[in-house]
Formats: sequence, C-alpha cells, structure tokens
Amino acid sequence: MLRVEKKIIENQTHATLFFSHALAFKPGQFIMVWIPGVDEKPYTVSFHTRERFAITIEAKGIFSKRAISLEKGDLVGIRGPFGNGFDIRADEQVAVVAGGCGMAPLAPLVETLDKKTMVIHGARTRECLLYPDRFKVDRLFCTDDGSMGHKGLVTELLEQQIAAGKHFDMVYTCGPEIMMYHVFKICQTHHIPCQVSLERYMRCGFGVCGACVCGSRVVCKDGPVFGSEKLARMKDFNAKALLKSGKQVDISQYFSWRCKS
Amino acid sequence: MTIRFLGKILKNPMVLASGILGNSFDILERVHENGCGLVTMKSIGPEPRDGHKNPTVIDLGHGMINAVGLPSPGYLNMEAEWNDLENRDFPLIASVYGGSVREYQMVAEFVSSKSPDFIEINISCPNSEQHGMIFGVNPQSAHDVVSAVKKVIKVPLIVKLTPQALDIGEVARACEDAGADAICAINTVGPGMVIDIESKMPVLAFKKGGLSGPMIKPVAIRCVFDIYKAVKIPIIGLGGITTGKDAIEIIMAGATLVGIGSAVQYRGIDVFQKVAVEMDVWLKDHDLCMEEIIGAAHREG
Repeated sequence: MLRVEKKIIENQTHATLFFSHALAFKPGQFIMVWIPGVDEKPYTVSFHTRERFAITIEAKGIFSKRAISLEKGDLVGIRGPFGNGFDIRADEQVAVVAGGCGMAPLAPLVETLDKKTMVIHGARTRECLLYPDRFKVDRLFCTDDGSMGHKGLVTELLEQQIAAGKHFDMVYTCGPEIMMYHVFKICQTHHIPCQVSLERYMRCGFGVCGACVCGSRVVCKDGPVFGSEKLARMKDFNAKALLKSGKQVDISQYFSWRCKS
Repeated sequence: MTIRFLGKILKNPMVLASGILGNSFDILERVHENGCGLVTMKSIGPEPRDGHKNPTVIDLGHGMINAVGLPSPGYLNMEAEWNDLENRDFPLIASVYGGSVREYQMVAEFVSSKSPDFIEINISCPNSEQHGMIFGVNPQSAHDVVSAVKKVIKVPLIVKLTPQALDIGEVARACEDAGADAICAINTVGPGMVIDIESKMPVLAFKKGGLSGPMIKPVAIRCVFDIYKAVKIPIIGLGGITTGKDAIEIIMAGATLVGIGSAVQYRGIDVFQKVAVEMDVWLKDHDLCMEEIIGAAHREG
C-alpha cells in the first residue's frame, strides 16, 4: 500500500499522482491500482525515477473520477509492475507517436531513449496535450481543433515526415486502438518496425484469468506492448475485445463500454 | 503419454482447469499447443453476468485467492465462440453453472447441442451466493443437479466438486449414482480472506475468495483419495499441481487425469508440457507406467 505523495493537475480532466517508492520498472509496463472500497484498474506508469513514480489519470468513469480526486496522503494499493514493456534496441532514429493520454506510457520511454527521437503528439485540443514542456526532443503537435500545431491527425504528421525523407528505425505508439492500427499500417507500408501498447479489460494482471485476451495473447503478460510481427497475425487487433462478462464484441463497442466504467 | 478417457483419446493426461485462460477459441488452442491434452472452457451461466469488481485475483506467492465471480456472456450469447470452436482439432470440456436445478439443466442441454467433447457441471465455485458451491456441499443437491442434467445431454458428464463438502466421498457417490461419468476434484478451497492492514479492508471486492495453487495441494490429494475410495468412475485430480511429482502424487491418490490452473502463473503457459515431460521421466526412472500407479496409495502396505 502506498500513500499519494503529490498530485499535479495537468488540465481539467487529467491529473498525475506521484508516489515516493522505488519501483523496479521498464517503460511500457503497468501496475494494477486499487482504491480501497472502489475498484482496481490497470494504469501505465507515466513517470519514473529510482525513488519515485507516477500514474496519469484521465477522469472518465467512476474509478478514474475517484482517482483524480485523491489527495496527498490518500492510500492506494499497487500490484505489479506487470507486462513486457517496450523493446528498446540499438536503433539510431525513432519516432514516438502519441494519441491523447497514450502519451502517458510513452513518456518514460522518451526519457529513457538516448538516440535521435521525434515525438509526434496529438490530442483533441491544446489543453489535452499532456506534459507540453517535459521533453528535450523534437516534438510535432497536432490537435483536432487546430488550437495547437497541425490541424488533424498524428498519422498525417507521421506520413508527412516519412514523405519528407525522414528515416525511422522504429516507431513506438500508444493511443486509441484505431489510431495505433493506422500507425501500424503506415509502418508496414514503409517497412518500418513498430511497437504498439494495447489495453483490454483486466482482472489478474499477470496472465491467468484470460479477461484480457486478444487473439491467442493475453495483453497483461504477452503485452501490453506488441511488435509488428505479432500484430500482423493478431486478428483481434482493432477488431474484437471481451467485455467484463467475457462476451466478445467489436472493438468500437468495447471502447464505448469501457470509457463509461 | 496418450490416454483414453471416456471414449476419447487424449495426447496426454493434462487438463486445463476451468477459469484459467479459457475465454476464447484462440487461447484454448494455444494451451492445447502448449502440451495440454484436454482444455476446459470458462464456466457458462444461464444469463449475462459481469462477475465482481476488482480486485478479483491476488497472487499470495504460495498460491492465489480469487473471487472473479463467474462472469459469463450467458449461454445464449456465445454464437461467435461456438462457431470458432466447431472446427477445433483439440478435445474440449464445456463447463456450466446455474442458480437452480432447472437452470443447470437448461444451460447444459443447450451447450450439449454445441458438441463439446465433455460437459463439466460446476457445483463448486464459492464466489457466488446463488450458484455453484451451494449445490455441491451435500449429496442430495449434487444428485438432483446431476440427474437432471444427465437426462438432457448427449456427451459424457463430469462433475466438479468442492472440498467444502462435509464428506466429499459421499457427494461423489451421489453423483455416480445419478449417472455422472467422471469426477473433477477439487475446485478452490475456503472461501478464505485477505485483509489489508493499512486500509483495514478485505482486499477482494467480494471480500471472500477461493484459494488455489501449491498451498491447497494437500487438501486436493486428500479429497481425491476419499473420492477414489467411494466411486468407480474416473477422476480428474486438480488443486495445487505444479510439477510432475505433484501429478504423480495425485494420480497415486486416485486420479486418471491431472488438472492445472494456478501453476500457469508459476511456470508459464507451457507448464502442461513441462509437467507431462516430468511425469514421463519419473515413470521411466521408476520403471512404472501410468496404469500401475492410478490409486497406488490405496494398495500399498
């Protein structure tokens, strides 16, 4: 059990909770977060040093609204870290493509990479862009409403960069699944390896209960990060997911259900 | 290690426990490919059920506690899953549960029409107030469920029992009398509880939950031993099995097949393959074969 050390309000709907705790962690891993009496949900770690770590919460449903209302000293339970994390290789130049709060799991990755990194970061509005001043690397922004950077999608920016002759050895991405799917397709077309970070409804978090299956993989243990080779064979990617009852539904139905809980 | 079980040839005696991984065709196939002779689906219920809020599963190191709570799409809402499973090339157990004798019968009859190789009735899950375990704690209600289901299904019937029964041998005998073809023992032990002393609250959302994994193996061994004394039908022995030696032990208690669940966490999804190999090595080292050791603990001394 840990107590909230600090809370940073990122914007009207996002807050980051810091914990003073040495967490053995690889970028891309996640923890199961228990608010006693409420529920327990998976969150990727969005900030990490040897002595502290943080999670960034977007207030959407019952649990997340409770989570962003936590204050310094409040008690939460942590299980993990779980998951495989990003595969960081000896690449020369990489792109990190973040959609909305997909920036959260990618942030510790950006801070770990010691190579030429370009961050392509999109959100609904300027206000929703997380950590605007955090990184020292090249960053391209886009917003749905044009309030910051390019008016449009991260995939457009990625394609522009590739068309302009920019070379990437690897693209890391996280965000809405349909966005990650299109990033993956662009990478496939241009023969660029790609790693995405998926999410599914979870219970155990460590690969036994099967709640988070995606094809023959369990997202909590085989993932949440999946590379191009696995994605090419994963028919449920951007296609199907299981609800809490275990019922198999289309991905859009899954996400509209999930964002309410 | 091929073995014959209720008319089916299995590539080995390993069984995937219900509730571990078995949520989709793809994952069931993957478990089979990882050395599991017979896979069991997640329990199917009479209506859509979400199960409990989280936390639902906690790894305690020497085993687990869970109160997942029988989530199910509901037996009428699984057409996509049955379509996928139709062309499977592996043997399959479909597990069913209900909140009344009539519900068990209704679900089992429908599921039987989808042609699983076996049906397992779950009268042992402790994580619902109205389903599962309450039917398996005494011989009479177990008998009622089994005989109602036996009337309406076209595939062999396995009954999964709870260690909470006062006399599990007697419950098993009642199931055999009612027409069960095999017994699976045991489901989780307890229920137990874990309280977090910082928040002063039980950790599981349902507060209580079933125990599984290495810490319950002695209970499983004793239950299988008692059941073997009471019935002639074959037993799937399950509860805390992690290694080949554990498997040999539960076979000597009286099991014909060996189930694994929690050990997926401790040894990986290929635990089935690992345990099958370890059993084989032990048998060869001791110059024994499977048939000789089933129930051997009853014959020694």
